[in-house]
This record gives sequence, C-alpha cells and structure tokens, in this order.
Amino acid sequence: MKPAPFEYVHPTSREGVLAALAESGEDGKVLAGGQSLIPLLSMRLASPKILVDINQVPEFSSLKVTPSHVEIGATVRHEELLNSVEARKAVPLLAQALSYVAHPVIRNRGTCVGSIAHADPSGELTAVLSLLDGVVTVESRRGSREVNGVDFFVGPLESAIKPGEVATRVSFARLPSQMGTSCTEVARRHGDYALVGVCVAILLTDEELVDRARIALFSVGPTPIVIDVSEMLRGSRSDCQRWQDAARFIASSVEPETDIHASAAYRRNLVEVLSNKGLKDAYESALKRMREGQ
Amino acid sequence: MSETLFDIQVLVNGMLRNGRVPARRLLSDFLRHDLQLTGTHVGCEHGVCGACTVLLNGKAVRACLLFAVSVDRQEIVTVEGLKNVDGTLGAVQQAFHECHGLQCGFCTPGFLTTVSAFLDENPHPTEEEAREAIAGNLCRCTGYQNIVKSVMRAAEIRSLAKS
Repeated sequence: MKPAPFEYVHPTSREGVLAALAESGEDGKVLAGGQSLIPLLSMRLASPKILVDINQVPEFSSLKVTPSHVEIGATVRHEELLNSVEARKAVPLLAQALSYVAHPVIRNRGTCVGSIAHADPSGELTAVLSLLDGVVTVESRRGSREVNGVDFFVGPLESAIKPGEVATRVSFARLPSQMGTSCTEVARRHGDYALVGVCVAILLTDEELVDRARIALFSVGPTPIVIDVSEMLRGSRSDCQRWQDAARFIASSVEPETDIHASAAYRRNLVEVLSNKGLKDAYESALKRMREGQ
Repeated sequence: MSETLFDIQVLVNGMLRNGRVPARRLLSDFLRHDLQLTGTHVGCEHGVCGACTVLLNGKAVRACLLFAVSVDRQEIVTVEGLKNVDGTLGAVQQAFHECHGLQCGFCTPGFLTTVSAFLDENPHPTEEEAREAIAGNLCRCTGYQNIVKSVMRAAEIRSLAKS
C-alpha cells in the first residue's frame, strides 16, 4: 500500500506547471487534492512517472462569483465551494451536489475541478457539469481551450484532457431566477459512491408552470446521462400525474449494468424512484427561488 | 533507482520538525516513522477508515492521502497535540474517557482529531450534526452510541472551560 517511486515537481506558477506538463507528456500526471489519485497510487492501480503538484500555484485557488458566472479554480477545495454563500445563491446545484461528495474530511482537501477531471461516472460533480453544461478551461503550453460540459466526458475515468494539458478552471453560468435544481442519490453508506444519483434542473414560466426540465443520471452509465423531459412535463404543477410518467420514461430509457453493488433491475428501479423525487424537489426549489426573487 | 530526497520543514504540534523524504512518503508514514509520532494510526491506507486523520492548518484531513512533501512549511496537529499545555487530557480526550467513547482504541486518534476540528467550527452541535461529523470515521467496537455522547460531552466541556 505504498506508491511506486515517481519524480515530483511542484511549480509555483501557471507557466511552470504548463512547462512541466509539456516536458513530461504521456508520463505526467497532475496532483491537485489527491483524494482520488493517491489511493490509486497507493494501490498501484496507477503509477505515473512524473507527478506535477499544482497546489503551490496561488492563482489556481481562486473562486470567483461574478454577476454572470461561478468560476472555480483548479485547487478550490470542495468544502470552500460548499460553504460559499455567493456560489450557492448563483448556482444552488453546486452545494446541493457537494453535500453528497465523500465526507467533510475528504472535502477539506479534495478539489472540485479534480473531481470533474477524474471523470468518475459515479461522481456528483460530473453530473452537475453535464446537466448545466459548465465550461472547462484546459490549458497547455500550446495555449488554452474551452470544453463544454456535454463534450467533456469520453468514458469512465476518461475526459477530453490530453497529455500535456491541465484543467485550470470550471465555470458555470448563474442560473435564471426561475430555475430550480436538486441532487439526490442512494448509496450503501452516506458519503460512499452512489448506486444511482440524479441531478435535475427545472425552469418555470411566470405562471409557475414547468417550461423546461432536464435530468442528469450518474452511476448509471460510463459517463453522466442527460435526458430532456421538457416535452413530457411542460405546463405541469407539482400535483400532476405526469411526474410519475416522466420518471418511468427516464427509467425506461437507460441501460444500467449489474455489478457487485447492485443489480441492473435494482438500479433501474432506483432511477425511477429518484427521478420522481428529484424532479419534484427541483420544482419546489424553483418555486422557492422565484418567490424569494433570487 | 535512487530516489530524489526533499528537505521539508513542518510545524508539528507547535514544534518545527525537519525531515528528508522521498516524494512518495505519505504524511502518515512521515509522522509515524520519521518523527516517531505513532499516535496517528494507519488503518486502510486509502482514505476510507479515518484513523489517520490529522489537522492541516486547522482543518481535518487524511494523513494517508497526502504526501509529506506537499505539507512543507505548513502546520500539522496530531492526536499528540490535543492534550492541554499542562499535559492533562484535552476536552475531546477527556470526553471520550468519561463517556467510554472507545474500546480497542485503534480508531480513536482519528475520531479525536476529527471531532476537535468539528467543534472548532461548530461549538454547539446537535446530535444529528455530531453523527454527520463522524460519518467518515469507522469504529468496529463501540457501535457509535458512546462516540456521539462523547462529542456532545466534549462540546459541553469546551463551553464550560470558556465560561
């Protein structure tokens, strides 16, 4: 349970990080919070030749909430984002999802951008990125590019980040005041990997009826699955039969797999139950936001 | 292959400690093997059990999920640093003692550090908040009832000490 030897560099500037990554190419791996990477190293499931520690780059720790966006730097810890009142107001789904990410002690060190870059299909923040179509800034010495949430996840633990590149920032647009969101999941133990989880975003009309509704499922496929159920729910209120129909439709359109944690049938059942709950929670959250005028 | 060694300087329990470590030396091993601070226990070594929890700049973190080299010039508090200056048990330690919050004691260092950091942030928790705070620490003896009691008692001792 000890990592294999590796070369270690800890640049103190963005340029230093990009140069180190350019030099190490395929052999390099970025170390941010390390809460997923270090267990992989200790179990020797991964043994990169060179670790580029980005924790000493001051500008990477910046968390900005602007009138239009929440911008999360590469080393912003989960707990910092979770506790940011401004970020919670702008994009409530971030805090809703973060409360399910591991335990507070892990969140003290783990990073939000790291969770996304790790591309774990059971990661809550991967679903948030896909659902809200956040933008990941990926940099290398050749320059910077922006990858949309819908294009970011390639497969399990595989993202659009290429060797020599590092995700330096993730940015989410402030949600409209008539949009509500929710995150809910079922895990064997609180803080453990979800058997199934859902994130939902619902936009209401001025009359408090559903205008648009989208859901992102995690732990259900190799990458987060986003399903648009606006057509089914448009015009609904919370007491309507259509919510159940939409949940059933969502469950029928996924193909979860059986593993040691849960059977495919159980997962499909969870998708239906959690979708129903998640949709209603998001609707309630939208009502609340509208009435509070945020 | 000879590994590159890094000179590090860490403030551990208020004392400046120097070390020379390979990059892959886990903080938990640095504390136990290099500094002989064996109060920090190593259970699962992949972040699940919580036994190795220490405070990094006042925040609870897993020592097995950090490299010693990355805490260079930072501040660590281990379970050894939780006692009072006069050597008597600190509030959280005293509470665990009084409420039988431990049996075999293996997980205890992690609970003590986690609870200390938690009470710094939330000095008057509800029982539910106390349960949530220790959810990341595994104990296979007590069934947690007495640990929850200990957290509540520790909060009480701390507020009595302040008044």
